[in-house]
Amino acid sequence: MSLIATLARLQALDAGRAQPAATVLHRHLGDRPMVLIPLAAAGGGPDAPLAAMFGTDREEPRLLTIPQPLDRDARSAFLAELADALLPFLESAADDVEEVPGKEKDPETGEQRETVRELCRDAPQLIVPGPAAVRFLGMIGRATRFRRTEADPDPGPYPAPPRVPLLGRWLTHYRERAEVPGSSLLLPMTQLLSRHWATGQSALEDEHLGALLAWIDPPEGRTGAEAALHAETARDSWGLLLCPPAGPATDPGFDQRALAPAVARYDAAREVGDARAAAARAAEIAELLESRVLRPTWDAVWRGLDLLRTLPPAAHLPERWESDRWSYTAHRDRIRAGEAPQPIRDDAVGAARRLAQRERDQSRLEIQEALDDPLVMAARRLAGEALVGEVTAVEQAWTTGRAPKPRPLVTVRTSDRPHAEPGTRAYRPRPAEPDEAGNPGRDRAQKAEVVAADHAAGEYTLRLLDGMGRRRDPEPGSVPEPGEQVCFTLFELSVRQSAPLPEPEDTPWTHGGPPVPPAAAPEAVPAAPIPAAIPAPAAEPAEEATTR
Amino acid sequence: MNAAQSDRADHAGQASAASGRTALERRLAALRGDARPRGLDARALAALAANPGCHRRAVLDAAGVDKGEVAGRLGDRPAFGRSPFAISRGLAFERRVVADGGAVLVGLLARELGLPAPDDPPACPDLLAKEGPAVRTARTREVLGAAAANGPGGGGRDGGGWDGGGWTVLLHPMLRLDVAGSPAYLEPDAIILRPDGGWTVAEIKSFPILDGTADPEKVGAAVRQAAVYVLALRELPALPGGSADGADAARAVGAAADDRAMLVCPRDFGNEPTASLVETRRATAVTRRQLDRMTRIEQLLAELPEHAVLDPGAEPERLAASVDAVPAAYSPECLAACELAFHCRAETRSRGEVALLGRGVRGELGALRTVGEVLSATTGAEARTPDAVPPATRPAAGLSAADTSAAPDTSAAAGGPAAEAAALLARAARLRAEALASMPTRRATDAVPDATGPAPAPTGAPSGDLASADAAAAVRASADAPDAAPARAGSAADPVGTDADADAERSCR
Amino acid sequence: MTTGTTTPASAPSADAGAGTGTGPSADAWDPGAAAARATAAILDDVRRGPERATLVDSPPGAGKSTLVVRAARELVAAGERLMIVAQTNSQVDDLVERLAADAPDVTVGRLHSKEARPSAHVLRHGNVTASTQVAELLEHDVVLSTAAKWQWVQSAGPDGGSGGGRGGSSGGVRPWRHAIVDEAYQMRSDALLAVGRLFERALFVGDPGQLDPFTMVDNERWAGLDHDPSSSAVATLLAHHPRLRPHRLPVSWRLPASAAPLVSRAFYPEVPFRSGTGPGDRRLELSAPTGGTAYDEVVETAAASGWGLLELPAGFAVRTDPEAVRATARVVRTLLDRSAVAHSERGAAPVTADRIAVGTAHRDQAAAIRAALAELGVPTEGGAAAPDAGADADSGGPEGVPAAAPGVTVDTANRLQGREYDVTVVLHPLSGRSDATAFHLEAGRLCVLTSRHRHACVVVTRAGLPELLDAHPSAEPVRLGIPATPVPDGWEANHAVLQALAAHRVRVPG
Repeated sequence: MSLIATLARLQALDAGRAQPAATVLHRHLGDRPMVLIPLAAAGGGPDAPLAAMFGTDREEPRLLTIPQPLDRDARSAFLAELADALLPFLESAADDVEEVPGKEKDPETGEQRETVRELCRDAPQLIVPGPAAVRFLGMIGRATRFRRTEADPDPGPYPAPPRVPLLGRWLTHYRERAEVPGSSLLLPMTQLLSRHWATGQSALEDEHLGALLAWIDPPEGRTGAEAALHAETARDSWGLLLCPPAGPATDPGFDQRALAPAVARYDAAREVGDARAAAARAAEIAELLESRVLRPTWDAVWRGLDLLRTLPPAAHLPERWESDRWSYTAHRDRIRAGEAPQPIRDDAVGAARRLAQRERDQSRLEIQEALDDPLVMAARRLAGEALVGEVTAVEQAWTTGRAPKPRPLVTVRTSDRPHAEPGTRAYRPRPAEPDEAGNPGRDRAQKAEVVAADHAAGEYTLRLLDGMGRRRDPEPGSVPEPGEQVCFTLFELSVRQSAPLPEPEDTPWTHGGPPVPPAAAPEAVPAAPIPAAIPAPAAEPAEEATTR
Repeated sequence: MNAAQSDRADHAGQASAASGRTALERRLAALRGDARPRGLDARALAALAANPGCHRRAVLDAAGVDKGEVAGRLGDRPAFGRSPFAISRGLAFERRVVADGGAVLVGLLARELGLPAPDDPPACPDLLAKEGPAVRTARTREVLGAAAANGPGGGGRDGGGWDGGGWTVLLHPMLRLDVAGSPAYLEPDAIILRPDGGWTVAEIKSFPILDGTADPEKVGAAVRQAAVYVLALRELPALPGGSADGADAARAVGAAADDRAMLVCPRDFGNEPTASLVETRRATAVTRRQLDRMTRIEQLLAELPEHAVLDPGAEPERLAASVDAVPAAYSPECLAACELAFHCRAETRSRGEVALLGRGVRGELGALRTVGEVLSATTGAEARTPDAVPPATRPAAGLSAADTSAAPDTSAAAGGPAAEAAALLARAARLRAEALASMPTRRATDAVPDATGPAPAPTGAPSGDLASADAAAAVRASADAPDAAPARAGSAADPVGTDADADAERSCR
Repeated sequence: MTTGTTTPASAPSADAGAGTGTGPSADAWDPGAAAARATAAILDDVRRGPERATLVDSPPGAGKSTLVVRAARELVAAGERLMIVAQTNSQVDDLVERLAADAPDVTVGRLHSKEARPSAHVLRHGNVTASTQVAELLEHDVVLSTAAKWQWVQSAGPDGGSGGGRGGSSGGVRPWRHAIVDEAYQMRSDALLAVGRLFERALFVGDPGQLDPFTMVDNERWAGLDHDPSSSAVATLLAHHPRLRPHRLPVSWRLPASAAPLVSRAFYPEVPFRSGTGPGDRRLELSAPTGGTAYDEVVETAAASGWGLLELPAGFAVRTDPEAVRATARVVRTLLDRSAVAHSERGAAPVTADRIAVGTAHRDQAAAIRAALAELGVPTEGGAAAPDAGADADSGGPEGVPAAAPGVTVDTANRLQGREYDVTVVLHPLSGRSDATAFHLEAGRLCVLTSRHRHACVVVTRAGLPELLDAHPSAEPVRLGIPATPVPDGWEANHAVLQALAAHRVRVPG
C-alpha cells in the first residue's frame, strides 16, 4: 500500500467516514449489470449451492433456494433452474456484433492477410458481493462443465439437465476472466468499493460488505467506525446478525438458530410424506433465506452500485472493456465451434501464454490508471517514478549529421523527487490526435532522456528524443514551452510485447515434451463415486489441452 | 481438530489441574478460577501462529481460559463458530476415515508411501479415551514405547521391513508439550506406526482436496497443527515419569517421528478420503524456535496485579482490569484467529494507534504510532515544507520538520526517523490534496442518481489508448485467451517491441 | 519434501566432509582437488551423461563463471558449437568478457537487442562480434544472449518455424546441440519453455540461495503444477527429469574462511560448502590510525573477524531511516579513511572505493545512501540508468559492466546478485521495521547481501531484530504438490545470521 493510500485511511479514521481513493471510476459499469448473490450450503461440499438471488432490476430479484442441500435431486433441479435463468442473460449479447477488420497470419503461407472478425457490441456483466462469491461460481463451473447429460451417448449414473454443463462453461469463463487485471465481466463489489474509497479500517475488515458501506456512507449521526461495528456485530432478539455476511457462506449462528431447525421440519414433513407440509416448510426456508440473508445483501450491492456511479468513468475504460468484449466473443465462438470445456488445469504452453497475457494486462492497467487518475499518478510521483513540474527553460539542440533532427533540452522544476539520474529514460504523455480520416488516433508517449539531475534544487533537464516530426525544426506544439506544466514518467507508457511461445505440440523436452495422453496426464483425477456431482473425466481436459 | 475433540481437551485440562501441580500451575489455576481449563486446541495454535508476540493471548492460553467466554463477558462477543451442517459433515467424514480401527488410514498412508497395503487390520490399542489427560498421556506414551521397542518395528526388522504387516494406529492419542513453561495437552487425530518403525502423524480435515490442490490457508494451518504434534512426539523422552527402558523406547519414538505428516481430506466434491503427505520441517523448526523463545509465562504473569482474575465468571470490571493489565499486540489478522480480537481492537482504536490499520501500515509510518501524530505531522511539516524540498536524507529536510509538534520522541532531532516520516507524510499529503483538487466537488453520497437511470456514458478518452502501443493486436490478445488466435497472431507481430530484457530482469528479481 | 531431487551428486567424495569443516585444517581436505573432481564429473555429464540436462548448484563465488567458460572451451575444443543463455545483459557481458579474455582462440557472438547495446568493454576484443541478428553470428563457436532475446530467435522446426517470431533471422536457426544456461535459478519456467526448442542438451548452472523469480500477477491457478510458468526454470526441469541429480561446486573461492560456515549453515543447509581459503589466508589491514568512533570500532572488528554488526538504538523508522542511512555511509567513509589493505592469495591491494559495495533492500534506501555518501565526499556507482519496471525490488543487474567503476557501488540485493567486492556494508532489510514482511524476510535477499565479500561484511541495523522476528506471525499458506526447495525458511535464516553476528556487535550510543 502506498503511503498516500495509508494516509487516506488515516484521514478516514480522523474524519469518521471513508475518503476518496480514486478520482475516477476505474472499472466498467454497464447500464444493466446482473447482480448475482450465490449462497453455499455449509457441509454440502465445495460446490453445494443453498440459494441464489439475482436479477438486473433491483426491484425484482429472482430467488432460488434448496430446502435440503444434501438432496441430490433438489440440487440438480436448482442448477437446471439457474441455467435456464442465467443462460438467456449470458447469451443475450452474443448476436449483436460489429465487424472489425484485422490482420491474421496465414498458417500455410505465413503471410499477413486481411480478415474481418466479429466483435460483440456489449457483454453481459455480473456483479457479486465479494471475491468469495467469484470463487464459488468458479467452483460450480468446475463441478458442472464436465457433467454428462441425458443427451450424452453414455449419460452415466447421474445425467445432468441439458443446459447445466453450458452454464458451467460460462461461469468458468467469467470466473477466469475475473482473474485478469482490469477486467470487468465479473466484478466483486467489496473490491470495487475498496478500490475507490479508503476506509478507516484495515483491508481485511474491508472484506465485510456491510462494514465497508458503513464507512463509505454512514447513517446520520454515526461515525464510520460505529456504523461498521454495528454492521459486524448487531444481532436481533433471535440472536441473528442484522447485517448478515454477504456469502456465499452463511453465518454459523444463522445456520444453528434458524436454518437447521427449519430444515429439520422440512425433512420431517417429507419423512411422513406430507407433501403440502413439505411445500409449506420449503417456502418458509425460502422466506428465511430471503429476508434474513439475501435481501439485505441484495440491497447492499445495489447501494454500492449507486455510490460507484457517482464517479466519472476513467478515460481508458472503453479500451479495457473492449478487451472484455473480445473475451466474451472468443468464448461465444469456442462454444459455437463445439469445442470441449475449459481444461481443469492449463498445460505448460497454455499456462505460459496466460501468464504473459496477464502480465501485459497488469502493466497496461497500471499505466492507464496512472494516466486516468491524478491520485494514482500522485502515488507514482511519491514513489519517485514520475515527476510533474513547470518548464523553466527550453534549449534547442539537434543531432549531428547531414540531416539534423531536433533534440531540444527541457528543464523542469519540480517538488517531486524522481529516481532520475543522467541516462534515465523518461516518457511524456501526449494526447491523441485524430488522423486524416478523423478516427481517434493512438497517442504517443514522447521519449526523453535525463541529462542532468539536481535533486537539491529539484531541477531536471531532459532531452526530448522523438515525437517532433521529420523536419529540422520541431512541429509546433511538440515541444513544451517555458512556464508550461509537464509530466514525465520514468516508467514506460506502452506495454512491452511478450515473446512468442511454442505451440503445445512443440512443448520442448525441458518441459516434458508435448502434453501426454490423458491416461497419464498429471490432471488425471480418477472419477470417484460422489453424491452430488460427477467429476471431470480426465480425457476431456487433456484433449482440450492438445487440440488448441 | 473438531468440536468433539476440543470437548475432550476440556476434560483433559480439568483433570490435569487435579493431578500433581507445580507452583506455576497453581497460579494459573487461581487466575482461571472456577472456569474449566481448555487444552491447546487448533484455534489456540492458530492464534499463536497468527500473533506469537501477543502477551495477552499467551497468558490467557497458558491459563487455559476460554477466551470466547472472557470476550463475551467484556461485551465483545466473538463471531466464531461452526455451522452445525459443517460440523456434522466433518464428524461424518472423520468417522468414515477412522472406521475399522484405522485400516483406512493405513491404506491411505501405504499408498502415499508406495508400500503394499497390509492384508491384516492394523493393531489399534485402546488409549483409555475416557480417562483424564494425565492418564491418557501416560497411556499413549506407554503404547508408543512398547510399539517402538518390541512392536511391529521389531517385526519389521525381522521381516525385512516390508512384510506388509506391522502397522499400528493410535486413534486420538494424547501428547503433552510444555508451552512457555506451562503444560499443554494435545490430541492428534491419529499417529501411525509403519512397518519400518517410523511414526507418521495423521491430521483429518474436512476441507476438500480438489484436483490435487487445496485451500493454502487451511493446509498451512493443518501443517502447523501437525508440526506441533511432531514436536510433541520428539519431546516424549523429556517428559517426566516412565521407567528407564520406557525412556529409551520414548527416545526411539522421538527419533523415528517422520517430518512428513499425512493430511487426510475428502477428495473433490465427494466424501471419499484422499491423502497428501505434507512436509512439516519448516513448521516444526519455526514452532520449536517460537516455543523456545516465547517469553516465559512467569515473566508475563509478573505483569499482573496480585488480585488479578481471568475467570469469565468474575465481575466484568475486575475481569476487564485484569485482562487489560497484560498488553496485547493487536493486528487485524487477530480477527480471524482470536476470540478476544474485538476487545483488543476497541482498545487499540480508543488509543488512536495506527496498528488498528494493520502491520503493513505501522511499518510504513515508522516512529509515528498514533493517528494524531501522523496527521499533525502532515500539517505540521507541511507548513515548513517549501516546494522543491531537498531530499529528506539531507539534514535540511530533517530540520524542517524537526520542531514540529509531530515529533513524538527525541529522535525527531535533526534528521531523526520521526522527522523523516513527517517529511514523507507531508509530501504525501501535499500530493494527495493536489490530486483531489482535480476531483468533481460532489461527495460520493450526494446526489445518488436513480439507479434505474442510465449510467453516465463513458466520456471519450482524451489520452486514447496510449498504453497499448502494440495496437489492436494487444487489445484483441488481451481477450485473455491464450487459446484465442489473435493473441498469437498479435504476439508474432511488431519486431520493434521485440526486446523484453527489462521484463526478463523484472522476472529475475 | 522430496529431498531426493535436491541431494547433491554423489560424485565428488570431498562433499562428504564439506558441510562441517571450517577451512583446511586437521583433515587433509584440498579445496582445489575437491573442486577439480566436481568439475570433472560435471563436464563428463555434460558430454556423456544419460540425461539431456546437467544441473549444477553453485554457492556464492564457487567459480560458476569459471565453470561456464571451462565447459564452453571444452565443448568447442570437441568441435561443438554452443549457445549460452544468461538472464540480464550485464551477466551476458560478464560472460563474454571472461570468455573473450580466457579463450582468445574461441570466436564469440554477442546477440543483443536494439535497446541494450553491449558495453564497449566487451566489444574491444578481437574475437567478439555483436549483432541484433542471430543469422550473422551462426558461424561463431559460442553465441551468447539474454533469455529474453533468445526467445525471439526463430527456430527451424520440421514445419519451418515453431515458436516463430521476428527477432532473429529470416529463416529459422537449426537447434544447437549444446547450450549453457547461467543463473538458472533466477530464470523463470516460461522463459525456459520459450527457448528450450533451441538446444538438444543443456548445462544449467545457478545459485539456489539467491532470489527466486516471481510475477506481479496472481499465479495461484498454477500453484502446484510442475510447469508453473512463474516458478524457476530449475523447479520445472527437476519435476520433468526425476532422475536428474544436481551436482554442486563444493568450494567458495570468494567467501573467506570467516564467512563460508555462516553462509553455508544459514542459507545452504542441504548443500553445504566450504571456503577455498583458510583462516589465515585473507587479512584486512587498516593502515591509518583509528578515530576512536563506533564506526572505527566496527570496521576494526570486521577487519579482524570478517564480520561486523553496527547496532543503532532500537526504534521504528521509515524505510529511509536517516540515522541508519548516515551510519551506513559513515562506515564506508571510515573504511576509506582507515585506508584498508586487502591481503589475499592474489597479493596485497588497497581497498579502494570500487572494491566496496553497499547493499540495501529498497531502491529509495540505496538512493538515500548515495546522497549521504556524496555529502561525505564519497563517489558512488549504481542505480542509475537501468530501465526498470519501477517496482520496489527493482530489476535485475546494473547495466554494463561496472568492473572499473571508480566509486562505491550502492544498490539493491537484486542488482548485487553475482557481484563480488572486497568489503560490503549492508543495511539490514529489517532494520527499524515494526513488521517483518515476506519481502524483507526472504532468505535469498539476506543471502545475496551477506555473500558478496572476499574479506569482510559490516551489517548496519537498529537493535531489536530478534524480538521483531519472534513476534512475526508464522501463518504463511502452504500449497500441496509444490516441490520443496533446498532454500531455508527466511525467518529461520534471519535468526541464524543474527545469532552469528551478535558476537561481532558494536553499539552506537543513542
